[in-house]
Amino acid sequence: MLSLNRVSKYYKVGTFGGKELAAVRDVSFDVDAGEVVSLIGESGSGKTTIGKMVLKLIDISRGSITCDGQDVTGLHGGAVKSYYRHVQGVFQDPFSSYNPIFKADRVLTMIRSEYFSDMARSEWNDKVDAALRAVTLDPGQVLNKYPHQLSGGQLQRLLVARALLLDLKILVADEIISMLDASTRIDVLNLLAELKGRGMGILFITHDLSLGNYISEKTVILRHGVIAEMGATDKVFGNPTHPYTKALISSVPQLHKKWADVDAEILARGGADTGTCLFHQAYPPTAPVTGKGAVKQDSSDLPPTLVKVEDDHYVGCFDLGAATCQVA
Amino acid sequence: MSLQVSDLKVYYRTLAGDVKALDGATFSIADKEIMGLAGESGCGKSTLGNSLIRLDGRMRYVGGSVNLDGNELPVWDNQGMNEFRFRDVSVIPQYAMSAMNPTRKIGTMTAELLESRGEKYREIKPELLRRIDLVGLDRDVLGRYPIELSGGMKQRMVMVISTLLDPSLLIADEITSALDVSTQRAVAETLVSFRDHGFVKSMIVITHDVSILYQTADTILIMYAGKLAEKAPTKTIIEGAMHPYTKMLISSLPEVGVRYANKKLSGIPGSPPSLLRPPVGCRFRARCPLAFDKCVEEPPFVKVARDHMAACWKVTGSDA
Repeated sequence: MLSLNRVSKYYKVGTFGGKELAAVRDVSFDVDAGEVVSLIGESGSGKTTIGKMVLKLIDISRGSITCDGQDVTGLHGGAVKSYYRHVQGVFQDPFSSYNPIFKADRVLTMIRSEYFSDMARSEWNDKVDAALRAVTLDPGQVLNKYPHQLSGGQLQRLLVARALLLDLKILVADEIISMLDASTRIDVLNLLAELKGRGMGILFITHDLSLGNYISEKTVILRHGVIAEMGATDKVFGNPTHPYTKALISSVPQLHKKWADVDAEILARGGADTGTCLFHQAYPPTAPVTGKGAVKQDSSDLPPTLVKVEDDHYVGCFDLGAATCQVA
Repeated sequence: MSLQVSDLKVYYRTLAGDVKALDGATFSIADKEIMGLAGESGCGKSTLGNSLIRLDGRMRYVGGSVNLDGNELPVWDNQGMNEFRFRDVSVIPQYAMSAMNPTRKIGTMTAELLESRGEKYREIKPELLRRIDLVGLDRDVLGRYPIELSGGMKQRMVMVISTLLDPSLLIADEITSALDVSTQRAVAETLVSFRDHGFVKSMIVITHDVSILYQTADTILIMYAGKLAEKAPTKTIIEGAMHPYTKMLISSLPEVGVRYANKKLSGIPGSPPSLLRPPVGCRFRARCPLAFDKCVEEPPFVKVARDHMAACWKVTGSDA
């Protein structure tokens, strides 16, 4: 449904924007209906940039994003508005997503004035009730309240309800539970899983591998703006192939396994990989692409092509010896 | 017994009245013990950590005592605590990345800090360099400004500075929360190595992330709404917790390997009570599936098994 095709984003940096910094390089993946795709990366990996590009909050530098076959990169005016009818986002900090001066349900009223201005009041109220019930909120508890009177989990669910009022196909969830407490975050996560059952596609952006593993069908591991590994979640987590993915998974704090045991396991399986990436060694992610001090890049300097290692499992690593694998 | 806290109460002064953020904490930490302190936001865990080193203007000491290595800590006395800070009790603050003076080179800042405690920078410098090597930093960081270091490097530098005078007790407040997974692991392991090298005698690691505690801590203390809920060795808390809150908290944590499709986790319904006027009796009562008549009385925080303390009538028996 949503499809990213070789999307890149360069930011202008330095005096007078004389240099370019690659935040996202050549990223392609799809989000299908009824599917949660988790986009996992550390800070600075470009995961939020991708989310913002999908939501058309920033322009893309190269490549294209299509939704239902329609190219969204060049949308203007009314076309953007109808795009937002299908694609919405929820962000990390629930408290700064609301205007503290107005009541929290204003986010719902604004949807009405923008998209449903000719809908009868009773019909609208039923619609709001249904949306709130879908996110397991009690309308009496959240309507007519100010943001500070509600908990973070309630606010976050209210934002999801707001998105549900529209004819939503894609939800971009950017770190929506990292600010919530352990006891409530799992409820919001389960809510996302229920939405996917209604045929919605969800782009779940997170830095937490265990959350991505819990909820998603497909995982995309991002490193410095380049896809390191992607594929079905059980394959990426069960058989991590890129040295970076292996390093990441081995440093996740687990509840029933100590780091020392994890290391011992890796050693038993034939030793740890060094985790250095040839591509990033040659082109440090902090080096500008153009301008003074730039690392010269031509067409042969593209990031490693994603190589298919098994069904629904692709890895971008020079070390894999592309010759032996079938190129995706 | 390295640290002994008894019935410590610290409230926040607000216009609406006192917020009872820490309402009677009694526990002890042994020598060489790393105690993890976990709970939801607003449960008083940072208040407990801060009250052992410095009460800020909004915090009011209400009662209780703190004893470190046989000396009574005057936690209510800002001036009196100066004698103990950095030397006996030290802290790695929550935002260690911004804890250093941005206008001073790191070496200069450390020298000024040491001299303010009457120590000679020149005498301590060899040890400082040795520890910089130990945490894997370059020796020339001392000639740099904090802005030149990455988040993880600053974090490690602050850890070295905080523990330079070999304090007896180190309080590490949410130090891994803002870091990436790989840096997080490095910082957590450095913390444990500090204890193993004897730079600090005992440690309180405050975090909301229980899985980090499983990796680092010897014991875990769980707090809920300003009260202590349960304290036990790490393995016991994770695998054999007795307090219903701890049980529900642990079972709501997703792990690598747990999938929604196979095993649906559930959270704890409801939200913590307001600490301005907390309910009488057990504060978890409203959210607890096991709550019964007795819970309107406050459960004592008592020993329920060897090295295992809990505050719950269901665990201790209602006639206890």
